[in-house]
Amino acid sequence: MDNQGIMAENQHKTDVVIIGAGPVGLFAVFELGLLDIKAHLVDILDRPGGQCAELYPEKPIYDIPALPVVTGQELTDRLMEQIKPFNPVFHFGQMAESLEKTAEGWRVTTDLGTVIDAKVVVIAAGGGSFVPKKPAIPGIDAYEGSAVFYAVRKMEQFRGKHLVIAGGGDSALDWTLNLQPLAASLTLVHRRDDFRAAPDSINKMRALVADGKMKLEIAAITGLSGADGALHAVALQSKEKGDYTIPADCMLAFYGLTMKLGPIANFGLNLHENLVPVDTEKFETATSGIFAIGDINHYPGKLKLILSGFHEAALMAQQAFRYVYPERKLRFQYTTSSSDLQTKLGVAQNEAA
Amino acid sequence: MKTLTLNVTNLDGTDHAVEALAGWQVMEILRDHGFPIKAECGGACCCATCHVYVAPDWVDRVNPMGEDEEVMLDSAMDVRENSRLSCQIVMTEALDGLHVIIAPNPE
Ligand SMILES: Cc1cc2nc3c(=O)[nH]c(=O)nc-3n(C[C@H](O)[C@H](O)[C@H](O)COP(=O)(O)OP(=O)(O)OC[C@H]3O[C@@H](n4cnc5c(N)ncnc54)[C@H](O)[C@@H]3O)c2cc1C
Ligand code: FES
Repeated sequence: MDNQGIMAENQHKTDVVIIGAGPVGLFAVFELGLLDIKAHLVDILDRPGGQCAELYPEKPIYDIPALPVVTGQELTDRLMEQIKPFNPVFHFGQMAESLEKTAEGWRVTTDLGTVIDAKVVVIAAGGGSFVPKKPAIPGIDAYEGSAVFYAVRKMEQFRGKHLVIAGGGDSALDWTLNLQPLAASLTLVHRRDDFRAAPDSINKMRALVADGKMKLEIAAITGLSGADGALHAVALQSKEKGDYTIPADCMLAFYGLTMKLGPIANFGLNLHENLVPVDTEKFETATSGIFAIGDINHYPGKLKLILSGFHEAALMAQQAFRYVYPERKLRFQYTTSSSDLQTKLGVAQNEAA
Repeated sequence: MKTLTLNVTNLDGTDHAVEALAGWQVMEILRDHGFPIKAECGGACCCATCHVYVAPDWVDRVNPMGEDEEVMLDSAMDVRENSRLSCQIVMTEALDGLHVIIAPNPE
């Protein structure tokens, strides 16, 4: 516990670094915490919950033991509450990009330059990292990074630009409203005249259109034209207008997220069809000190269920303990009856009284 | 159970006739036969990575699109009049011979 500490702003040292804050990564914090093991988590999403929070926050799950029904978001919220006593440190909005061996364990570095040194690495990367969907528009590659973007890093980048925003959800609407004052012109392109976003944003967008401050095109994007990475126009198609083009020098596309294995492919783990093979005793990879739990792992009989991931987290923690506290003896205890565990959870009788 | 046929035009334009079981989602049949759809959400109408076009003569014969599906199509690519999410079409005897065209999936 004493090796937990923050050094430089972006340098951290901890017991375990968990890649992925989906339900399984979250529950791992609990199982590790009961054994006095501290954890940091890295996730490219800006919030916890993985698939449950990103793909189906409102949909019901019926096969979590003892919870007859719980939505993806509720499950996430409950896990966050359950792990609170262990004070996990989250590094959101960051991609775990590299994994290196160090004298004492492992070093994980993110795309934002965060460095985490830990004795143990737990890969709980699920179906892969969530990254923006890249539209299937011919020739789009040539403009990526120069004129076509899937996220806004710096708003100033769009000042004075003729901007096209594609999509019909909250991201598309929010950025439309934020960038409209900066852009030389702004056109929102969506496939239908119906938006799934906060009603207030939709109203504001429609008002800007009515005032002639921006344009709305109900159309499909069929192509891009320009030269040397500079965009000149976006080709559109609609039932009413047929094929037409609008001048543009930047495009932002918001079609939601998709899961991609990402950098884990380069971690030197012998992948089996994009999954990380593990044993079923400790859920450890062929490299000692690196574990894989949840949807990302593979073993005979694997079921991609939250329930299986929870079990895997418990067994992983037993072995992680041996790496973090080689001198200590592992003691098996129930949360129901162990005052030691109850103290860790902040529910010990003398405390609660 | 009677085996049905699903006709599929792949991205490269090749035509295939595959066996299908009644009660299965078209997505599941496509996935089991290795067609290039990701079907990331496993058929829950949450990902739009199982996008297909239904051949024009079948459009009126498949079950109509629900609101969820229409909204989810906003995250699909190259959406057309005959776009559908293949997890939202369930094979039935009435759909024996259904023809779908695989749509370009996002990377
Ligand atoms: C629609 C739907 C319904 C489902 N229903 C059920 C159900 O009823 N019951 C059930 O048990 N299961 C269900 N599942 C499956 C369940 O959601 C998964 O088994 C579960 O989410 C797996 O959890 P995980 O923590 O392993 O991974 P995930 O939830 O996939 O989380 C992994 C996280 O890791 C992050 N990540 C990956 N790589 C990196 C990296 N390099 N850097 C930073 N971050 C990274 C990702 O961004 C993601 O947030 C359902 C899934 C879907 C899509
Ligand atoms: S499989 Fe995800 S929407 Fe069809």
